[in-house]
Amino acid sequence: MTDKEMLFEYLLRLGDNCVILSQRLAEWCGKAPVLEEEMALMNVGLDLVGQARLILDYAGKVEGAGRDEDKLAYHRDAQDWRNLLLVEQPNGDFAVTMARQLYFDLFQQLQFEALVKSKDQTISEIAAKSLKEIKYHVRHSSDWVIRLGDGTDESHERMQNALDQLWGFTPEMFDMDAVEQAMVDAGIGVDVSTLRDEWDARINAILTEATLKRPDVTWEVRGSREGKHSEHLGYLLAEMQFLPRAYPDASW
Amino acid sequence: MTLPAPQYDKAAVGAILEMVKDPEIPVLTVEDMGIIRDVDIEGEKVIVSITPTYSGCPAMEHISNDISTTLKLHGYGDVEIKTVLSPAWSSDMITERGRERMREYGIAPPSDVGSKGAMLGIDPVSCPQCGSQNTSIVSEFGSTACKALYKCNDCMEPFDYFKCV
Ligand SMILES: [Zn+2]
Repeated sequence: MTDKEMLFEYLLRLGDNCVILSQRLAEWCGKAPVLEEEMALMNVGLDLVGQARLILDYAGKVEGAGRDEDKLAYHRDAQDWRNLLLVEQPNGDFAVTMARQLYFDLFQQLQFEALVKSKDQTISEIAAKSLKEIKYHVRHSSDWVIRLGDGTDESHERMQNALDQLWGFTPEMFDMDAVEQAMVDAGIGVDVSTLRDEWDARINAILTEATLKRPDVTWEVRGSREGKHSEHLGYLLAEMQFLPRAYPDASW
Repeated sequence: MTLPAPQYDKAAVGAILEMVKDPEIPVLTVEDMGIIRDVDIEGEKVIVSITPTYSGCPAMEHISNDISTTLKLHGYGDVEIKTVLSPAWSSDMITERGRERMREYGIAPPSDVGSKGAMLGIDPVSCPQCGSQNTSIVSEFGSTACKALYKCNDCMEPFDYFKCV
């Protein structure tokens, strides 16, 4: 891969997480547990759409093949997506959605804090802008995990199950490979493997406060870097991409 | 009717930008919101740089069209709207007049410059209706990305709080 191709690939990894997670959150529209929470989930999703647009717009320019943010979002098939397996997992019950959110929010916060120092000015600016939003996301998801964990017997049990169910998708966040390393060497990216300890420490503190146990799960699954996704991504894309693919010139 | 010929200086353009309202809080102008980052004049071309409040703010496209349309209605034929991200918008950029107008409109303005306490739930947020500081948060996320939902424990009114970011 050329430097340009590496950077494009790296931007897809950053941007695709935001697209896919925002689409998942949008599925809660009209059926969140309470109105305030519906607004919260939609707001978090909207922030992620905004971040995705900034990142994919830049990715399209870096690639230089005439693909804009919409083209990248609506005209790529599953094997071309680079989002983490975690964010494409189905919403499940509210506890599953919050577990997924907490795992990702904390990771994204650490990743973007480091990206503020990126030598790539656009990445640095997008990271600084997004961090203001991410701080709210982290507080929202950690508050809920604590509230549900330290709540009733049922909410505690469901929260624990949700954390256990998704834990095996988290190691992938901290994987390094040739692209990640090239970005680190160029001063553009962050060494995600170094974020693990801080992420662990923050998760542990939240789980302790929530009276929950750190998941004791040994399986791990990965593959998004090579475009190997769970079966859920295809269904998500089918719904998200249907309209612009069926009616290519649709606008409002 | 003939319009006065457009004047190609920052002050004249600035005066026209004063007419452009924030579509979500129509008592505020885009200037009040601190969205206008810069105005540049290159010959007969006007370049307005704006910055988004939140990266996903759906009002930005609307605002950008409004600015362009308003300037065109005033005779400026060549208008370019640029979006800049850095330095990232902060609620500190809302002008004093903007805060006052917000309060009158029934939205609690973001905590004062330098005080990040309210964001962490330390400083009390004052009720825009009765001024009481005996208020509590209902939801961190309100009717738009930039607002949180509060209620006043004295006059019992719910109200929006413009988040401090
Ligand atoms: Zn009151």
